[in-house]
Amino acid sequence: MSDKPKLPSPQGNPESKPFWDAATQGKFLFKRCNACKEPHYFPRALCPFCFSDQTVWEESKGEGKIYSYSLMRKSAAGPYAIGYVTLDEGPSLLTNFVDCDLQTLKIGQRVKVVWKPTDGAPLPFFTPI
Amino acid sequence: MASDPLAIPRLTGQTIRWEKRQRRSDLSIKGKAYIAGAYEHPTRKAPDKSIAQLHAEVAKGALEDAGLTKADVDGYFCAGDAPGGAMAMVDYLGLKVKHFDSTDTGGCSYLVHLGHAAEAIAAGKCSVALITLAGKPLTAAPPPRATGAEHDFEVAYNATTHNIYGMCAMRHMHDFGTTSEQLAWIKVAASHHAQYNPHAMLKDVVTVEDVLNSPMISDPLHRMDCCVVTDGGGALVVTTPEIAKSLKRPLVRLIGQGEAIKGPRGGEALDLTYSAGVWSGPVAFAEAGVTVKDIKYASIYDSFTITVLMQLEDLGFCKKGEGGKFVADGNLISGVGKLPFNTDGGGLCSNHPVNRGGMTKIIEAVRQLRGEAHPKVQVPNCDIALAHGTGGLLGVRHAASTVIMERV
Repeated sequence: MSDKPKLPSPQGNPESKPFWDAATQGKFLFKRCNACKEPHYFPRALCPFCFSDQTVWEESKGEGKIYSYSLMRKSAAGPYAIGYVTLDEGPSLLTNFVDCDLQTLKIGQRVKVVWKPTDGAPLPFFTPI
Repeated sequence: MASDPLAIPRLTGQTIRWEKRQRRSDLSIKGKAYIAGAYEHPTRKAPDKSIAQLHAEVAKGALEDAGLTKADVDGYFCAGDAPGGAMAMVDYLGLKVKHFDSTDTGGCSYLVHLGHAAEAIAAGKCSVALITLAGKPLTAAPPPRATGAEHDFEVAYNATTHNIYGMCAMRHMHDFGTTSEQLAWIKVAASHHAQYNPHAMLKDVVTVEDVLNSPMISDPLHRMDCCVVTDGGGALVVTTPEIAKSLKRPLVRLIGQGEAIKGPRGGEALDLTYSAGVWSGPVAFAEAGVTVKDIKYASIYDSFTITVLMQLEDLGFCKKGEGGKFVADGNLISGVGKLPFNTDGGGLCSNHPVNRGGMTKIIEAVRQLRGEAHPKVQVPNCDIALAHGTGGLLGVRHAASTVIMERV
């Protein structure tokens, strides 16, 4: 595993900075719109549903379930599993599943966020609970 | 279970607006543009040619097919595969154009271009439009896919075509009980057609067992669920009814086109079991004034077997979730099943130049409408055909375009 290439550091921008600042403290944020009350991820300044600019940061418990996944059998960095997680708070997001037997993943399985270091802010990955 | 995409209130409003637009025939492209020239480069590996050269060769091929010359071209369309984009290509090819469009929506760009060319011709912006695609992924990797605002939030997870389409297949199987055997039938049908195409990359007929026994690439997709990677390209010449009728080629006209884009939309109500085809399809059918029952031949984008299955459902050839049953037992094989598809062997067996399959989808549909497909796969009395494709990544951000054409 040690020969895995380094994870890319998030570049960040004024819109996403609070997310990455929170990530360095182990907090997983998403956004909710105060106008239409809908949560979304990845975070935008303007709500992608109603276009209100009244979006606010909210902390996720970092738990959810696997919506779908696929195990890539070969890559330069070895096998890896990509997938979508649907957070308990609502939004679904793209991720990789880590620190587990990749052969045993299942749709509907409970997972939680784990942070992986980069040269900058850490990145959210998910692992079975 | 998957939600009904057309039942999402936010999108229903959009659909209603489209339907209202379709009632205005003066705002339609129906019958206003003809495909006069179509050419597919015979090469599948071109280490000794440049990418720009391949564009020039397919442009020349399509113009010769139409019986027109470079000097007749006054509109040019290209996508991300064209080195330097429209400005560099127009200069390299030595064109003088008054209309151009370099919309890039991945592999379906050319299906979008065909619709946009028809719009431009209908509006009098140009009269002979040239659309080119070419590249050499076998010789050198194409430039990486451009990313948007999602970059920091997704790039580390290594989405490739294989694993993203794999996720779609995995969820489709979960929701609807679709099986690997059913997906394999799509490859089997393509291989039955490819055996008659002398230029096809893979000419051997394969069985369901062959597909299932091929190595797993990204669950649940096997190697034979994936398309070929080829160098090459293709081009189209689109023109006015008057010019088309003055030429010596069989008359093929565009009667409907739709396009749409779908993404995870902030992660709300994620559903990977349908594509943007659920929106592009109804627009094209409404404009053409035909239904799936009228389609004698269909070119369906086949980057992977699951791509075909989902798009057949999305376009209404069968109900959502019943694609597996629909494609099984040779139903897509010309002369055998109810819906002959990809009679050139498609991307799964023949050609998928620059990992962009939209161009070859149109070209084989034109061959069918002209009666110029291989006799072993030619659909009798093929008067109405459909070409449909997706571009980008089906399970993430992707576009779709549906084109319906008619032999006059």
